[in-house]
Amino acid sequence: MSEKVLMKGNEALAEAAIAAGCKHFFGYPITPQNELTAHMSKRLPKIGGTYLQAESEVAAINMVLGASAAGVRAMTSSSSPGISLKSEGLSYLAGSDLPAVIVNVQRAGPGLGGIQPSQADYWQATRAAGHGDFKLLVFAPSTVQEMVDLTGDAFALGDKYRMPAIMLSDGILGQMMEPVVMPKDSIARIPERPWAACGHGDKREHNVINSLYIEPPVLEAVIKARFEKYRLIEEKEQRCEEYLTDDADIVIVAYGASARISRSAVNAARKEGIKAGLIRPITLWPFPTKAIISRIGNAKTFLCVEMSMGQMVDDVRLIVNGKRDVRFFGRTGGMVPTPAEVLGELKKIKGGI
Amino acid sequence: MKFKRPHALTDAQFHYCPGCSHGIVHRLVAETMDELGVEGKTIGLAPVGCAVFAYNYFNCDMVQAAHGRAQAVATGIKRALPDNVVFTYQGDGDLAAIGTAETVHAATRGENITVIFINNAIYGMTGGQMAPTTIPGQVTQTTPYGRSTKDAGHPIRVCEMLATLDGVALAQRVSVDTVKNVNAAKKAIKKAFQYQMEGRGYTIIEVLSTCPTNWGLSIPDSLEWLRKQMVPYYPLGVFKDKGEKKEEGQ
Ligand SMILES: Cc1ncc(C[n+]2csc(CCOP(=O)(O)OP(=O)(O)O)c2C)c(N)n1
Ligand code: SF4
Repeated sequence: MSEKVLMKGNEALAEAAIAAGCKHFFGYPITPQNELTAHMSKRLPKIGGTYLQAESEVAAINMVLGASAAGVRAMTSSSSPGISLKSEGLSYLAGSDLPAVIVNVQRAGPGLGGIQPSQADYWQATRAAGHGDFKLLVFAPSTVQEMVDLTGDAFALGDKYRMPAIMLSDGILGQMMEPVVMPKDSIARIPERPWAACGHGDKREHNVINSLYIEPPVLEAVIKARFEKYRLIEEKEQRCEEYLTDDADIVIVAYGASARISRSAVNAARKEGIKAGLIRPITLWPFPTKAIISRIGNAKTFLCVEMSMGQMVDDVRLIVNGKRDVRFFGRTGGMVPTPAEVLGELKKIKGGI
Repeated sequence: MKFKRPHALTDAQFHYCPGCSHGIVHRLVAETMDELGVEGKTIGLAPVGCAVFAYNYFNCDMVQAAHGRAQAVATGIKRALPDNVVFTYQGDGDLAAIGTAETVHAATRGENITVIFINNAIYGMTGGQMAPTTIPGQVTQTTPYGRSTKDAGHPIRVCEMLATLDGVALAQRVSVDTVKNVNAAKKAIKKAFQYQMEGRGYTIIEVLSTCPTNWGLSIPDSLEWLRKQMVPYYPLGVFKDKGEKKEEGQ
């Protein structure tokens, strides 16, 4: 394995994409993801790749679609307002069964919102990324090392299942510096793409990349087949980390930067004799349903901590389905919850148990 | 015109209305691929518009792009496969309204692709609404009193506009209303493909086209309307041509 290096989250993610064999990047400037585009613009020309600053996020995601259709690994990155513009492209990628990695270094919304970190795009990533019936793989890193590791997974699983994957990061993780181990370039095993539109070379029938199915029964069948694939992914690809949940009365559910804060709160609570634990979803879709279900036995209360007005909490409530109390604590607008605030919530719950 | 079906066209039956120019232009593009022997290395981009099913008609690899995004998608493909031939086939709504930004920027970057631009002065697929190229006074579903430049602004002359951009190697407007013009159109399309293969930059061939269905005219009347109304507003000709010799790198 390689040595540890100190890197900013955004740069580490960019470098991990290159290690995963991604040589085509199309972006558009927006804070707080600018280190990522800057890093790509520095590195890609040196390795025979393409860095292209597009005229808009709409164009950038469509360039990614083209590169992916042509058979190469491609990525774009942006932050919340730019991801809204990528909606159309995400829907077309999904409808055309194309892999691609889309990074959202979330900032506060709605509208121009603010440039401080946020987790208010959970619904957008997991429910409403664009029009139509489709899902995206959604990864939620919580350390710089995970920015690296999950980027490799996003490319690999995107290729495996022929679908786009979102890296749902935020301004804290993007800007944070931590020591990381970078994967070796040689690990990039890019699978064959026999379906790609790369010129048939007079050797096969023409390939068509398309999302249009004008006959309703045909389109329904295509979507149903895709949902069968989604069901398989929900079965096989759920990921989360559990921390002190075995005997926990109160189980916090938090991802990304909120999970880091919640973990500190769990440690502080344990010192005060409160049996708290943490489930940290690593995949937001597929959501780690099984882990939540397995804790309905011992947990009396679930507490979701998010940097939003409460979005992931919907998923937890759906899973818990009224069997346990599900509470929410969050800050929004670019405000970050403190461990002390989360501890305060745990104490309130403990008082009521 | 040759009447043997070009190899670069599939056996699928065109769905275009009688008298529509789309079918003729498809044939010219396919003949070009045949003559240059590039079908196997070509990737075509189908638009959103009446030509959306172009992916069923061309025998080369095809990608269907979102409305207006064909040139962004083509950019992604060409950057991944610089030695292949990439063309887009787009209507005026697709290219000059919703896709204006993608068009202007692909052109100014000198993206090494060929754009086949069907200017029929109307939105065909959605039933005949005003297009950015609808000419002043023209009646459409959404300009029932005729296009008023006061309210709806002026049409865009795409070739003239793009000719101002340094990335453009060839910008030419042609028509397919007569055998002579069809032959000239074919020559222009072939030249555009050749320029692309020589790596000269962005090439666009604008084809003045008929839409008898949404113009509400017979086939002969629509040809007449094209000559009398469109050609004066959109003169045929070459608006930019970087010439036969490859430019020195700067
Ligand atoms: C985002 C989006 N907006 C609108 C439409 C509806 N729509 C389909 S085709 C079209 C216009 C097509 O006109 P044009 O590009 O001139 O091509 P033509 O049909 O005349 O060949 C529109 C507006 C769409 N499919 N997607
Ligand atoms: S509606 Fe117009 S553009 Fe469309 S196929 Fe018919 S004639 Fe051609």
